[in-house]
Amino acid sequence: MSEVERLLREALTPVEPPEGMTDRLERTLTETRDAAVEELTDWELHSMRDPRNWARPIGAAAVLATAAAGLVVVRMRQRQRGRKAHRLGGVERSVRDAAGDVRRRLPR
Amino acid sequence: MDKVELDREFAELYRSHLRDVYSYSYYRVGNHHDAEDLTEQAFLQAYRHFERARRESNGRPLRPWLIRIAHNLAANFYRDRSRKPQTSLDDAGILPATHDTEDLVEGREELEEVLAGVARLPGDRREALIMRFALGMDNREIARALGRSEGATKVLIHRAIRQLEHGIQKAASE
Repeated sequence: MSEVERLLREALTPVEPPEGMTDRLERTLTETRDAAVEELTDWELHSMRDPRNWARPIGAAAVLATAAAGLVVVRMRQRQRGRKAHRLGGVERSVRDAAGDVRRRLPR
Repeated sequence: MDKVELDREFAELYRSHLRDVYSYSYYRVGNHHDAEDLTEQAFLQAYRHFERARRESNGRPLRPWLIRIAHNLAANFYRDRSRKPQTSLDDAGILPATHDTEDLVEGREELEEVLAGVARLPGDRREALIMRFALGMDNREIARALGRSEGATKVLIHRAIRQLEHGIQKAASE
């Protein structure tokens, strides 16, 4: 290491942030995050007044309908085949979970 | 990854690199007040883009990305200041001669000379030296922060040290 490099290492030492800055900055970041969540919620509610933004929930409704139809088919097959209910229980639960998930995504 | 986990990771990144971002900002702007502002802005901007940066980093450390944000904000800081009528255009991007950073090495004449020499270097050379010596970044990290190749960064640092050396020798002989 050259003399200049040694001097540079001594001169350019890391600088500690002032006391209290960490807390202040953490508070600002938390506020920013909360504001962003609030803004998003407001935007979602507001955007639903505009028919152009209905595509997503309509899409979600279509998925829900497909999932529901799938559930009906599964149940019919269950009956037709006379199999024990517990063998398809897992499939039924999955479809029901998917339908629940889509329902949750739909605006209230 | 869910939001809670993402926030937890960001908090970790913030705690690990607050001093780096603050040090870089401080050496760029030369006082605690503006360095604090710059650091806050850098982390707010980082928070907004954290998810994407994390995804695109492919597991590489995010320190160069953070420093790049601070670097760009410092450039904007000087650009905005240079637009104000009370500030001379000549001051843009150059550390003031009587600089708070000199307080750090008060009483050490040789170190004061080094800091003054660093302040006289062209922007990219000065910034590379701050990253190398104040933050301890290696060539690869500096290259990512400055958006250059590793080879170009190595040459940049080498030239910065040589130029500083000549500057100090010249000042001593005058």
